[in-house]
Amino acid sequence: MRGAFARVTTELIDTDERVVALLGDIGVFAFRHAKEAHPDRVYNIGILEQSTIGLGAGLAKGGLIPVIHTIAPFLVERALEQIKIDFAYQQLPGNLVSVGASVDYAALGCTHHCPGDVGILSNVPGVQILVPGTAAEFESLYRQTYANASLTYTRISELVNADSSDVEPGRIEVLRTGAQACVVAFGPVKDAVLEACADADVTVLYCTSVQPFDAATLRAHAGSGRILLVEPFYEYSTAPAVLSALQGLPAAIASTGIPREFLRGYGSVDDHYEAIGLTPRGIRASLDRLIDG
Amino acid sequence: MASDPVALERELHAMRREIAAASSRAGEGHVPSALSILDLLWVEYREVIAAQEAAGQAPDTFILSKGHASLGLYALLVSIGTIPSAWLDQFGTYDSHLGGHPDSNQVPGVVASTGSLGHGLPIGVGMALAKRITGQDGRIVVLIGDGEANEGTVWESALLAGHHALENLVCIVDHNHSTDRALMVDSLAAKFAAFGWNAVEIDGHDHPSILQALTLAPTGAPTVVIAETIKGRGIAQMENNPAWHHASPTSADLVEMFGDQS
Repeated sequence: MRGAFARVTTELIDTDERVVALLGDIGVFAFRHAKEAHPDRVYNIGILEQSTIGLGAGLAKGGLIPVIHTIAPFLVERALEQIKIDFAYQQLPGNLVSVGASVDYAALGCTHHCPGDVGILSNVPGVQILVPGTAAEFESLYRQTYANASLTYTRISELVNADSSDVEPGRIEVLRTGAQACVVAFGPVKDAVLEACADADVTVLYCTSVQPFDAATLRAHAGSGRILLVEPFYEYSTAPAVLSALQGLPAAIASTGIPREFLRGYGSVDDHYEAIGLTPRGIRASLDRLIDG
Repeated sequence: MASDPVALERELHAMRREIAAASSRAGEGHVPSALSILDLLWVEYREVIAAQEAAGQAPDTFILSKGHASLGLYALLVSIGTIPSAWLDQFGTYDSHLGGHPDSNQVPGVVASTGSLGHGLPIGVGMALAKRITGQDGRIVVLIGDGEANEGTVWESALLAGHHALENLVCIVDHNHSTDRALMVDSLAAKFAAFGWNAVEIDGHDHPSILQALTLAPTGAPTVVIAETIKGRGIAQMENNPAWHHASPTSADLVEMFGDQS
């Protein structure tokens, strides 16, 4: 996805003179050609995330399209108030593109983890939150949204699915249907979910858009009364959207995601996912518990 | 424009009364902060921007970063006809367009929604950079407070603006010493100069000095105007009295301050 981000943004800078890239001293090498061609619209802005968001909002006020890119915890958590006030409250459009989804920077430790991004930004009205599962999905979602009227947060993940879906903001894809439960896979855990549910009589939905959320499709497939959310971020991050979608329906809801604790180990993403059970085996265990009550 | 000093003072005093009265009606508002910037606002809008518009030049874009001084900006916007005076009568009520901090989506003439301190200057840096990128004339003028200069984003932005040599950016610091009791930010001119800014220091209530500072020729660097001001300027009971920081005058206070029932 990182490669797709640099490639597509470079193309957008070439073709849309409104696009301005603000890089938080990361990914700079990938933008070297764009920087050479358009030095006035590609900036290694430095390591000052709060002011970078404010500056981006100022660019948006000036009619430009900011693309702000850095590591997720610094982009979302450090600069949250700027996201909330400078962009969202003022209803300004723009693009926040993070790297380091959840525990992608496993070996760097908790300062560089950010499993809270989806839940945190869900509390900021008007922000689109996109969680693509492949590079092609990233490209599609990014192209669809980069110039729209919203602030859009798009999450680059190191983990990717094998195959891409035809994705769009606000749409859930129905991968298969079944009777015993409805399993919702968010972004890059689709393959793990499909493997976990291979012989289960369950519906599997694939969601790459947390905000806007396709409430109608979830509601239409909630007849079993059992919903399992598989979230490659903090567990229950999407619960507000899910609960809102299921208003009035009887449903038992469970989540397999990243537990709300500091994951103090290092290693790799796979090491962490194995430890917390965000694996086909762990997902299947959660599903069985949900079905068995 | 009131060129007669007596007429000017009469008009400014009437604005002070409107500000105090609006706060009194609402039981809300930071009156002393609004009064410390009133002369700065007056010169920026009534003299600098007015002259730019008269000359067919791109006018300054003004951001009030210390949003709690909103009553000063509202009174100024009323004085130039950008918003109706009736809006000031409704200040702070549920359906009002005018609240304790300005909302750019609700109030014509308000460029940025501010309130949480340290947001206006980064936005101003972005707007100044946008003008450079798009080849537009005109300056961005951001007014911050000295207490606001405690915020790290002020200095992040100062670093950015200096690095990118944004000569179309002007920052006015309302140095009313509100933060002296907490975390003093002295030597402001030297601090900004160290970040690559052109720094000038003035009496923030002396109109000719303000006008001169706000009409300096571009220097290739952003400009900061350190304006020495008095919090509560023009209302004797409020001047440099921290008890009034977020207090609203009663009807009796207004009589004492202005000699009539406002």
